[in-house]
Amino acid sequence: MSAMAARSPFRTDGTWLLVGPAVIFLMLFFIYPFGYGFWLSFNPAEGAWSANYQKFFSDEHLWRTLIVTFQLSLPVTILNVGLALPIAFQLRRKTRYQRWVTTLLVIPITLGTVLIAEGMLTYFGPRGWLSQFLQLLHIYDGPIRLTHNFTGVVLSLVISGFPFAFLLTLSYVTGIDPTLARAAATLGAGPWDQFRHIYLPLLAPGLAITFCLAFVQAFSVFPSAVLVGAPSGPTRVISLAAYEAAFEQYDYSMASAVAMIMGFAQLIVVVAVLGLRRGLYRGPVGGGKG
Amino acid sequence: MNQLFKELRLAGVSRHFDNPSGQRVAALHELTLTIKRGEFICLLGPSGCGKTTALNCIAGLLPVTGGTISLDQHRIDLLPPEKRGFGMVFQNYALFPHMTVRKNVAFGLMMRGTPAGEIKTRVARAFELVQLTGHEDKLPGQLSGGQQQRVAIARAIVIEPPLLLMDEPLSNLDAKLRLEMRAEIRRIHRQLGRTTIYVTHDQEEALSLADRIVVMKDGLVQQVATPEEVYAQPANIHVARFMGYRNVLTLNAGTRNGQRIALEGQGLTLEGAVKQDPGGKAAVAIRPEDISVGSGPNTIAGKIENVEYGGHESLIDVRAGNDVLLHVRTGARVKMGEAVTLTVAPERVLVYLAETA
Repeated sequence: MSAMAARSPFRTDGTWLLVGPAVIFLMLFFIYPFGYGFWLSFNPAEGAWSANYQKFFSDEHLWRTLIVTFQLSLPVTILNVGLALPIAFQLRRKTRYQRWVTTLLVIPITLGTVLIAEGMLTYFGPRGWLSQFLQLLHIYDGPIRLTHNFTGVVLSLVISGFPFAFLLTLSYVTGIDPTLARAAATLGAGPWDQFRHIYLPLLAPGLAITFCLAFVQAFSVFPSAVLVGAPSGPTRVISLAAYEAAFEQYDYSMASAVAMIMGFAQLIVVVAVLGLRRGLYRGPVGGGKG
Repeated sequence: MNQLFKELRLAGVSRHFDNPSGQRVAALHELTLTIKRGEFICLLGPSGCGKTTALNCIAGLLPVTGGTISLDQHRIDLLPPEKRGFGMVFQNYALFPHMTVRKNVAFGLMMRGTPAGEIKTRVARAFELVQLTGHEDKLPGQLSGGQQQRVAIARAIVIEPPLLLMDEPLSNLDAKLRLEMRAEIRRIHRQLGRTTIYVTHDQEEALSLADRIVVMKDGLVQQVATPEEVYAQPANIHVARFMGYRNVLTLNAGTRNGQRIALEGQGLTLEGAVKQDPGGKAAVAIRPEDISVGSGPNTIAGKIENVEYGGHESLIDVRAGNDVLLHVRTGARVKMGEAVTLTVAPERVLVYLAETA
């Protein structure tokens, strides 16, 4: 019986009270607003309880935002994780340059989206440095349109999202015991086989997590879609639709419904990726005892 | 490279690195050694002596910074590890945690493109050899340390490497298992008739396994000899100290008569056997088990200061001469505080050049 008592999470010393602040914070700033928004979305200004949802999926101006957001966020996420993996892999060994390169790659994480957009307009814009430089050297003489369109938002999301994906991937890569690859080498595995049979399977669960976080970050794109995108059409993302409903039409119920749809879409992707991850090896990434 | 060779020649193999203050340091300095097919070689030395560096250079995991490694006529020191085809057992086993034990063992054959049917029979035979049949479908994390170690051996030998490299494979095991595995490794070596290079810091392990022992210190080879020779006739005072000559005295060298030499100092007068011409100051090494209680040549009088009971024999500390502490292993029943007379045969008092500190 005493063993059972010792295993109970509610120990008599009251340490469980330490979770109190976190629980209160979660209730006040996440659970309550979420629940309220959920309830609000089913209480439209006029019409049946599901009127907001019916409107969203019947109005092309609205449902298209969902597709546009996926068209932006999925390629951007794949690009960010896909770029992060080979670079992090190359930097897995401690070298003289490692810290220098890592710092350089991570700097954009400290910049806000608005600051990045400012910089992009100066650099990538129609009269920006890049286009002036290319035209000066006659490398490309046509007009260069890298901002105020789909490409601009993709660039902005890569600049702000890559450092994040890179840092996460780097921590997963460096966590893998390098003797495993050396053991594979003594067994006849060349560099590619070492990557394919040893590193990749051990990294896959971490890459799945990185993918989920990078995706959620890209899916909620808002400022850059307006500042360096074309918010009236090609980059009219779902968060923009929610903003318009809330602050231009003052229809909080509709805005809540859009937010719920946005959350549900993210949830579907995250659940799908984590579901795939369940099939992978997720144990320790060391080579044995000692 | 997977054919059998006649000899592996290491010629002046060195490995340098730059330490943080920018100095060039030799982790391994000009190792020259010829290993014949079928030999069991132990690289023995304290940690930091360069033995693992030497092994990694042979495996191709570390590039050499000097010298050459050749198999018969072919130079191999520029080949990557996957082209050398040597089997290696790592100190921490380095089993692939995400593969079943069977896949771990089959990995080397898979990389060689061995047909599936042949992989199956060879893997099964390897499991039999290391006595792990029945555990094939477990993950490495589900096995005990001793079982993981045997998987690591099976994985290395299943590719039938011409040369098997082992880096302190027993250091993570408990004492009983270590003895069992030692016999196992020796048995596998004999059964396969392949060449083995084995790194260890445990002199007992080296003595029991090796055909020849390479004793190393600070990146330099100190002695290459059979276990009997290394044990009885260490080449210098470092080897003697490492091989269990616990009594090391600094005495004045007196008159020399052939291999015999008179020694005096610290209140003791002894006769010893010259291993290295000592000049004026001699380092004198005596093994605790070579000193016995009783009278004979080289009599030393002293007082017992400590007795460590050890079953068949006890380890006693004797204070003799001018405050010299001697370690003695004896079967005689003695008590703390007793006066005692010790004797040691002159040929077991080994005389070396004193260490230059």
